[in-house]
Amino acid sequence: MPCKNCQEKPVFIQISNVKLCKSHFIRYFEKKVLYTIKKFNLIQKNDKIVTALSGGKDSTTILYILNELSKKTRRFTISALLIDEGIRNYRDKTKEDAISFCSQYAIPLEIITYKKELGFTLDEMLKISKQKPCSICGVFRRYLLNKGARKLKANKLATGHNLDDEAQSILMNQFRRNNETSARLGPITGILDNKNFIRRIKPLYLLTEKETAIYAFLKNFPIQFTECPNAKQGYRNDVRNILNQMEAKYPGTKHSIVNTFLENLSNLKEHYSHQSSLSSCKKCGEPTSKEVCQACTLLEEIKSILKK
Amino acid sequence: MPKVFIEKTNETRKVEAATMKEILQKLNINAEEVLTIKNNELVTLETKVTEKDSIKLLSVISGG
Repeated sequence: MPCKNCQEKPVFIQISNVKLCKSHFIRYFEKKVLYTIKKFNLIQKNDKIVTALSGGKDSTTILYILNELSKKTRRFTISALLIDEGIRNYRDKTKEDAISFCSQYAIPLEIITYKKELGFTLDEMLKISKQKPCSICGVFRRYLLNKGARKLKANKLATGHNLDDEAQSILMNQFRRNNETSARLGPITGILDNKNFIRRIKPLYLLTEKETAIYAFLKNFPIQFTECPNAKQGYRNDVRNILNQMEAKYPGTKHSIVNTFLENLSNLKEHYSHQSSLSSCKKCGEPTSKEVCQACTLLEEIKSILKK
Repeated sequence: MPKVFIEKTNETRKVEAATMKEILQKLNINAEEVLTIKNNELVTLETKVTEKDSIKLLSVISGG
């Protein structure tokens, strides 16, 4: 059976069993990104958007689409920010891909390294700390992305988070009874406004990980389809496996989780906006709900282990 | 038997299968987690495969 819109060979079959060829899949994907941007009001005129770029399929895809949209509409500007954690045989390769992509499309790229900003690479931290890699990496990446986006004078940070990432986060927070963290999720992150906190937007929010991989493959982006060597060790990996098994058996599961969550998100944000407060970390000045931010606390822990 | 390159584990396996779907079933790989490539083109699970085809399974999971 050919594509539903033409006689070409299909490359993708939707949950509803609709078949799409290469060009109609690309059209479907880009339309869905535009729909997401409009539906959730992710971009306004004169926005200065920095895209968190890892060099992988998701961030490369969203950077490409936002850059095309920026050129076409001239309503906002786009640049890229890469956090180099120092993961040997992984980030060094994806960093090269990111540099080559930004050079090909003339997109300004800023690179921030753990080593320079924190004093250690992630690989060095993992030799010292007993914490899981994703727990350390998550804290420092968020910290440096916010700091870097502010340095670049951006008012929004676009990330490549897709529907799978969001469904996993929702379930992880449910499993850990962590509603307040869920309140920070959604297509635009955060509960409270703070001048030092750059809001994150997720234009791939309604597209799955597989759809994004298909788009990146069909567009022939200079990327590698490799997995972070630390990814298997995280809690997220277990949740991802459960979700993928459920999706294979009951197609539409991930969409249902995210759509149900969206129905409740405004109530969650409203509820926690009364209970949360954002101030500045007394050590580094970054936004935090505590006296000292998570990144400074974690870095102190790592330094204290080294002193022993 | 078509030869299948599994990119995630960097190994090549011979699999007795007539379609992409059968390949994934025999290798116990979830279709959610891979792109199915036949002769450098992305194809759907129902696509037929033969011994002459070059088949690759690309991992869709990147992890950041």
